[in-house]
Amino acid sequence: MKHLLSAGDLSRDEAVRILDTAEELLGVARRPIKKLPTLRGRTIVNLFFEDSTRTRISFEAAAKRLSADVINFSAKGSSVSKGESLKDTALTLQAMGADAVVIRHSASGAPHRLAHSQWTRGAVVNAGDGTHEHPTQALLDAFTARKHLGGDLAGRNITIVGDVLHSRVARSNALLLNTLGANVTLVAPPTLLPVGVDAWPVQTSYDLDASLEKADAVMMLRVQAERMNAAYFPSAREYSRRYGLDVARMNRLQDHAIVMHPGPMNRGMEISADVADCERSVIVEQVTNGVAVRMAVLYLLVGGQTDDTGPDTSGSTENIHSDNEGAR
Amino acid sequence: MTTYLIRGAAVLGGDPTDLLIEDGVVRSVGRGLTADGATVVDADGLIALPGLVDLHTHLREPGREDAETVHTGAQAAARGGYTCVHAMANTDPVADTAGVVEQVWRLGRESRYCDVQPVGAVTVGLAGERLAELGAMADSAAAVRVFSDDGKCVSDAVLMRRALEYVKAFDGVIAQHAQEPRLTEGAQMNEGVLSGELGLQGWPAVAEEAIIARDVLLAEHVGSRLHVCHLSTRGSVEIVRWAKSRGIDVTAEVTPHHLLLTDELVRSYDPIYKVNPPLRTADDVQAVREGLADGTIDIVATDHAPHPMEDKECEWSAAAFGMLGLETALNIVQQTMVDTGLIGWPRVAEAMSTIPARIGRVSTHGRPVAEGEPAHLVLYDPAASRVVEPADTASLSRNTPYAGRELPGRVVATFLDGRPTVLEGELQ
Amino acid sequence: MVAVPASARTVLDDQDISRALTRITHEILEKNRDADDLVLLGVPTRGVHLAQRIAAKMSQVEGRDISSGALDVTMYRDDLRLQPARSLEHTDIPDDIDGRVVVLIDDVLMSGRTIRAALDALADHGRPRAVQLAVLVDRGHRELPIRADYVGKNLPTSMEEKVKVRLAEIDAEDSVTIEAVGEGGQA
Repeated sequence: MKHLLSAGDLSRDEAVRILDTAEELLGVARRPIKKLPTLRGRTIVNLFFEDSTRTRISFEAAAKRLSADVINFSAKGSSVSKGESLKDTALTLQAMGADAVVIRHSASGAPHRLAHSQWTRGAVVNAGDGTHEHPTQALLDAFTARKHLGGDLAGRNITIVGDVLHSRVARSNALLLNTLGANVTLVAPPTLLPVGVDAWPVQTSYDLDASLEKADAVMMLRVQAERMNAAYFPSAREYSRRYGLDVARMNRLQDHAIVMHPGPMNRGMEISADVADCERSVIVEQVTNGVAVRMAVLYLLVGGQTDDTGPDTSGSTENIHSDNEGAR
Repeated sequence: MTTYLIRGAAVLGGDPTDLLIEDGVVRSVGRGLTADGATVVDADGLIALPGLVDLHTHLREPGREDAETVHTGAQAAARGGYTCVHAMANTDPVADTAGVVEQVWRLGRESRYCDVQPVGAVTVGLAGERLAELGAMADSAAAVRVFSDDGKCVSDAVLMRRALEYVKAFDGVIAQHAQEPRLTEGAQMNEGVLSGELGLQGWPAVAEEAIIARDVLLAEHVGSRLHVCHLSTRGSVEIVRWAKSRGIDVTAEVTPHHLLLTDELVRSYDPIYKVNPPLRTADDVQAVREGLADGTIDIVATDHAPHPMEDKECEWSAAAFGMLGLETALNIVQQTMVDTGLIGWPRVAEAMSTIPARIGRVSTHGRPVAEGEPAHLVLYDPAASRVVEPADTASLSRNTPYAGRELPGRVVATFLDGRPTVLEGELQ
Repeated sequence: MVAVPASARTVLDDQDISRALTRITHEILEKNRDADDLVLLGVPTRGVHLAQRIAAKMSQVEGRDISSGALDVTMYRDDLRLQPARSLEHTDIPDDIDGRVVVLIDDVLMSGRTIRAALDALADHGRPRAVQLAVLVDRGHRELPIRADYVGKNLPTSMEEKVKVRLAEIDAEDSVTIEAVGEGGQA
């Protein structure tokens, strides 16, 4: 695995490996010394063209807990500044020796361009590109759901509700959960489901109430009230009434079912304040798990041999020793 | 001026013939011709076609000389076998006055590589609010007959109606870039399964088809002729086919890239594949090929759209729309239409020379390859092939979507007014 | 002439292993008078099973429940960059190790680098009063100044040989074998 660009690129084994690795790394937060030496000497660049304090801090914490050097680059990407955007920035970072670039951009496909151009040699991690994907979010969502629902997610019913059309979280989750064997249902008004969603490995429904009983987890997506100005729905009130998760709906969920949200929340729009703060909501835990999952991703991408480091030619007896010790 | 004796060319793919070119004219056509002092051009194995005429080219001058100039565009045209190109009006300043079109026309004459026929804008500044001085442009030295806001759609129904009516006075034609603007706000690629997957805003086929449907009915109502630019969907082909069956005077063009490429290429997020109208599905590609074969689509037009690399070497949504086309058009038509058996070389000559000249009312081009006709010719080797190399172009720009692809055929020579602009594959 | 295949010879069978572990258990208890103070940590993978066995034997001897844990050293290895990223093993440290005596348990001791990594890992979990090392096999060829306090068997080996430890929990049998690697083989 050289890059993490899309949740759809992960095989079941790769996805489970990331989750299992994250499981082991979760404990680091509870130790007296919250650090591992593994990425010492590696340089991780956070290339955030879109504002996101929460995700950037999560990646920064993950990289620092692994002893990597972190460089933060924030640029307001706009068509005006595009001249000094992706390519030039990437070339500069390459000159600084970035081992991995974590990129968030408002343009779908920007991480792909970065990964497949010759502008940077390091690993590329997609931290959210336009309305396309947000793979580490899907991984931490799956990680959280797995912890609460037990075992792996095969056969579990996960319902995702909200603005699927504009949601990269929805896309990544639909792909990853399906890979892990879960049954995904997308609930939204017809205007917020993309053309061609029938080809996705999901069920779709326009009726939230009908989708509640069987759900093991309900994931609410952020819906911007401003969308009503482009006629996606008539008013915030109607949206909330038909597709919002309030206490009444929450009480119809099965006892073990959990409520998730990638954040930031529009309290009162897609989720009521009471639901956001209730016991079955794992929203805060999602954030904590995010650091462990991102540590796992960074470790698996640049913790071992990468293209830039080759076999060590000095001390060639090294490998034989490794084979014997620990009997691995 | 030099006299040329072309030996053994298969005119329109027929039997090998000799052509004697003298004083800008095809002096004689026959076998076993001789001429003292003539330069012999061995055309054994080559096809001779009338010089190609492009009804849709972007030469970028005035305003974007960093991407292309009339001169470099004309050179690229010559390399592609073209002897006449129609330069679209979306320059800076826009070609919406006699002054600008005459400037472009004059630059073309000075270049001497290709005849340049300027297209005039339909509306002032392409703003879609009021008509440009179409009559003044028609009366100018540039003798404009084709009017287009290409790049943008004349979306206001009343304005389109008036434009269609007005140009009847001087046998002009409105060439519509069919794209309903509200349905395509922020659009990036064809709307379909793939756009939902890739998270790119969709450009639905209906935005093209709805405008064409409206315009053919308007043209019928006011008794005008209409030309549809770069038709790209099955639905559009069907609407034009229906319109023609009703006797509506509509012509349509398809680009070489819409004959070959599909939206699957967008998976790479490489903006070299970003174009307007967007690359469509395999079914649409099949439909436009059939449309070109049965004449529903009259002509091939390149929509040659040069862009500097900084407008393509970026993320998709920030990139410019457009692809180069002049130097690969004939090769693509050979690969997709001739080598597949859908059409023969006579139809190629029609679609890429005769009919475009007729639509543009250019009397000196698209003429038959016959005695007494102006010597605008292209000699083409269908048996050759090449791997497309972006740096191997006369254009100032490099945005070809065919880089690394092997294409059949090679333009060996292009004659403009009996003078070679390209000989042995090289610009003269 | 057909090449002679590499042959394997058994140096410890299941009974040998059991006796060795019993002896090690007693040695640990003897050296560390107070068993309450001990934390047994196995180095994955096979060290964990050995630690469990030692803990079980210790429980029998002391007449109370003594458990063991696991300390994964993957993230502390000094050879990480030589191979693609390895999967992590499970770390389970049952008690606070501050001020306690930690006994690390592993199957084979050779260069000493694994134990070096284990010491670094341990340091990030707390500050033990002392760290001791128990191994089933010491095959020599140290590259660092590391030594074991408790050894099941000393096995001088050459660099061309490979020591294979098999434990019933994973490998369906208990044995320690020496296998020669290399073409042509050698008996």
